[in-house]
Amino acid sequence: MKKKVISVLLCVAMATGILAGCAAVPTATAPAADAAPAEEAAADEAAPAAEGAGTFAIVTKSAGNPFMDRLGTGFEEVIKAAGGEVVRKDPESATADAQIAVIQSLISQGVDTIAISANDANALISVCNEARDAGIKVLTLDSDVDPSARALFCNQAGVEAVGQQLIDAVYDLTGGEGQYAILSATSQATNQNAWIDAMKAISEGDDKYSKIELVEVAYGDDEPQKSTDQTQALLQNYPDLKVICAPTTVGIAAAAKVLQDQKSSVKLTGLGLPSEMAEYIGDDDAHSCPYMFLWNPIDLGRLAGYASLALYNGEITGAVGDTFEAATLESSPYTVVDNGAGTEVILGPPFKFDPSNIDEWKEVY
Amino acid sequence: MEKKSLWKKITASREASLVIVLIVMLIVISIFSPSFLSPTNLGQIFRNNTLTMLMALGMLCVMLTAGIDISITSTLAFAGMGIGLLQKYDVIHNTLLLFIIGALIGLACGFLNGLIIAKGKIAPIICTMGFMYIWRGMAYVISNNNWASGQDVSGFSDFGKDGSPGPYIILVIAYVVFFIVMKWTKFGRSIYAVGSNPEAAQISGIKVDRVMIAVYTIMGLLSGLAGVLSVSIYASAQPNMQYGKEMDVIAACVIGGVSMSGGRGSVVGTFLGALIISIIAKALPLVGIDAIAQNLIKGVIIVFVVILNVITQRTMDRQNLLRREM
Repeated sequence: MKKKVISVLLCVAMATGILAGCAAVPTATAPAADAAPAEEAAADEAAPAAEGAGTFAIVTKSAGNPFMDRLGTGFEEVIKAAGGEVVRKDPESATADAQIAVIQSLISQGVDTIAISANDANALISVCNEARDAGIKVLTLDSDVDPSARALFCNQAGVEAVGQQLIDAVYDLTGGEGQYAILSATSQATNQNAWIDAMKAISEGDDKYSKIELVEVAYGDDEPQKSTDQTQALLQNYPDLKVICAPTTVGIAAAAKVLQDQKSSVKLTGLGLPSEMAEYIGDDDAHSCPYMFLWNPIDLGRLAGYASLALYNGEITGAVGDTFEAATLESSPYTVVDNGAGTEVILGPPFKFDPSNIDEWKEVY
Repeated sequence: MEKKSLWKKITASREASLVIVLIVMLIVISIFSPSFLSPTNLGQIFRNNTLTMLMALGMLCVMLTAGIDISITSTLAFAGMGIGLLQKYDVIHNTLLLFIIGALIGLACGFLNGLIIAKGKIAPIICTMGFMYIWRGMAYVISNNNWASGQDVSGFSDFGKDGSPGPYIILVIAYVVFFIVMKWTKFGRSIYAVGSNPEAAQISGIKVDRVMIAVYTIMGLLSGLAGVLSVSIYASAQPNMQYGKEMDVIAACVIGGVSMSGGRGSVVGTFLGALIISIIAKALPLVGIDAIAQNLIKGVIIVFVVILNVITQRTMDRQNLLRREM
């Protein structure tokens, strides 16, 4: 009997401890949220008024990812300022299956628009069309689905522009000749594959890049452990390797640590979150990454927010030449363009993070 | 005469057959990638797979009692995320203290598993499946969509840095302690007894419930410790860390000859099994197999080794029977 009482007590104590832990954390994160860019306050006055408060959904790639979280933050801010209601869904795992289930529940919920960062370009086609048949406006941000299944893609930067920036960075860091490797996310990731293809196309099409050689595209599946294994294998297999280019936030952080720990002479560039990468960015030999690129995910979320509102109000349909205002963004108004396969709006060129500005940006995202 | 007894020794022991598999693998890999046996590379094999190797010890104990624990990587993520956040919000930066906290979180998680399985008589796979979702969910909830990485954990991550002896020391201590405990202590032997025949163990005075609670608590403790190590080695705490890796740990035990039905398995076998899993993970990218095909090859190797294991086991049993008939 005594033992039973003790075990029940222990269970209760543990549960309380867990709950206390839960409650404590959100308060602790508050300062981080406050640190978001100052434009936030301006959003209240400048946002276009939604005709009747609609319901606007955003589906990110997965929960527990700061980049995806910031997309949601920007989106929510714009929609709320316009008086709309936000439904935010973060699937637990970064798979198309998880997104399909989420989108189906949004359809039955009867939302007005859905903005998706797609985990798979093709697998989501039928569920997106299902949503459109139900009268829901579908758009994508960050990572596209097949253009036939959505009205508009909010692109962080033109695929060409990203490819050009990355290959130029590789060219610069190798000194114009030598071997480089790419460390990507999964082999099916829509955006990573588009950028890598663009890099290949650019370097094949121009004699300037004839002396830099891509030796391998490795896939770290956006897992720190696998990315670490893959980076070490690259170093071992290619002793003459000069540069690794990692166009994914998980991969670049894992590779940066491997290179820096080993004091390797191989340099790193790619796409990374400033807050994750601050430790590794520097010009000297003690740091592995001289500079890298990214866009502001909060702004990208905002752009998708404005695009959702414009689609909902009937201001735009997603056709080439449509324009809409995005009050809190610098490059407003935005015009819909053709990217060869479908229509998109481009947030702006990728932003370069180097030792001169990293300290300022690591606080933001 | 001497030669014959050596041969008998090899076929009569599962560990020896694993050593042979290991040697064959190393020879094949070295042909494709001559630098594989370099000291740096060998060091990295242990460092990158510290987590699997450490948790395999706990899984050995659990499987010896005919149980299984699939909540281990969720416990790992919960403990790892917990100590990652403690650093992110500048609460604690003391490495030793963080290790103790992480281990205690794991210990509590494991104790809960053990309590429910032993007292509630719930099937281990069901109970730990529940906690697999609970602790993983908790890791997501406390992370609040943030990671703790890079600068947040700088200083602490020096412990698991490439070239630091930290992870190796923990591994060596863990394996030595488990080897001694499992072989020569009353507690270690009672785990085997509970696994082979719980009723007989009960009658002979072993408190079966206590042993069950103890093995899951040990498993939890090691998972918590692995969570802390993971954050230190990869300088990154993410709620999805080591997702799905519990299968690697179970595979390491199974390859090492630990029986799913309990009572059979050894620390040396577990070590060899974990080593084979680690070498597979490290070698596949090195020998130039396409990233997409790596999982496929890994599966084939695991199935092959396990079949080999079963055949060795059958031969051993048959030989034992023959001996008895004579």
